Amino acid sequence: MSKETLESLLERLQTTKSVEELQVWTHELRDYFGVSHVFYHTATLKGEQVGAFTYSLEWVRRYIERDYRSIDPVVLGAMRRFHPMDWKACDWSSPAARKFMREALEAGVGNQGWAVPIWGPNGEFALFSLNDKCDDETWEAFTRQNAKNALLVSHLVHQQVMRIVHNELDPPSAELSPREREALAQLSVGLSRANVADSLNISENTLRAYIDSARHKLGAANVTHAVALALAKGIIVPTGTLPKY
Amino acid sequence: MIHYLYRDQLERHPELGASMYRDRAFQFKDRLDWDVSVDENGFELDEYDHLNPLYIIWKDAAGRHGGSLRVMPTVGRTMTAEHFLDLTDGVRITSPFIWECTRFCLAPGASSSVAGALLAAGLELGLRFGLEQAVGVIYTRVLGLYRRFGHVPEVIGTKGEGNERISVCIWDVTEEARNEICRRSGVPEAMIQSWFDASFPSRFRQSAAVA
Repeated sequence: MSKETLESLLERLQTTKSVEELQVWTHELRDYFGVSHVFYHTATLKGEQVGAFTYSLEWVRRYIERDYRSIDPVVLGAMRRFHPMDWKACDWSSPAARKFMREALEAGVGNQGWAVPIWGPNGEFALFSLNDKCDDETWEAFTRQNAKNALLVSHLVHQQVMRIVHNELDPPSAELSPREREALAQLSVGLSRANVADSLNISENTLRAYIDSARHKLGAANVTHAVALALAKGIIVPTGTLPKY
Repeated sequence: MIHYLYRDQLERHPELGASMYRDRAFQFKDRLDWDVSVDENGFELDEYDHLNPLYIIWKDAAGRHGGSLRVMPTVGRTMTAEHFLDLTDGVRITSPFIWECTRFCLAPGASSSVAGALLAAGLELGLRFGLEQAVGVIYTRVLGLYRRFGHVPEVIGTKGEGNERISVCIWDVTEEARNEICRRSGVPEAMIQSWFDASFPSRFRQSAAVA
């Protein structure tokens, strides 16, 4: 694990304005997790293929040319699913899959992997993977420690790709309802969660759901980061009130 | 026993799927008179069932549906965001750590331990997949059922009158909640865990590891 913080990594994710820039950023993501490779792919509803990865271009070209997508056990295992899964849960038993695996290993793909299938808000599907070369025990410890961040980051990568593809890179203030902005604004002036929930007349669990939704939309690592980003983007102002739009 | 099945996996369990959709028609259309559509097979299916959701289903000894609920991630399309936004203060609840539970249904005559097993299985799913909360759309008058298992949700918002009241609720995903439901329903935690492992094996086969 590098010393870089998740916060700064995610802030740089938001500065990517094209798939090419995102591709460069995936290398930082790989170093953050300290794994061999990271991979993201989606097919938009218009049928456009978007990928960002740390694999060699040679391997990716070969993968596309030989249509390995149709035999890749991780793609087949994650397709139409939405729960994270270890690559070991996928079916590697066929000769074609095992041959594919040998080639992938030769190309530098890890022998261990973690896949996060993503269902987007418009019904689109995306797949995110982390993979590494290590033994089962090391990998189990890694996934136990990193599953949460992998889940968080994978969805923010997908969100950024959708913003790039749909050309909606402006601050995502429109996605935040007045209620979410109100909650963040009150947190920003140092009110406790209990106080904020009280003042908004909602339960603390409801507040948690609202601010985690805001966190996700803002592309933040945690609530404190979400408040900082909302302030920096001018979505809230530090007086506990809402800016006028 | 409990099965976790995505809709496309239900094709291999035709009797289980058919009895679930028919029990849903009975519960939501005949008994509660919700505005749901029932097809020519007597199945209650809505737009979300066609998105390939995950079902948590109790299968009885005869292989039929004893109870079920439907699960979908809130980062995708959800009933809460598309139909009940007015009940969540206009907040589109969307996070990889929050999933939506809808269509909680019990077969006629199902025992209360089936209800408990389903709720515990839902929490097990959340705990295993790193979720923090579940949001759900429920009939307000069935809140008592959750109370029986010490699993009372917090109501975010309610609309409708009298017996027709519908609420959007939120539950915290915690081990304590799961354990309490197991204790009250008499379904051991180890059993819930083994059902989860059977549906989501950590290894496809022994040979799955890279040689």
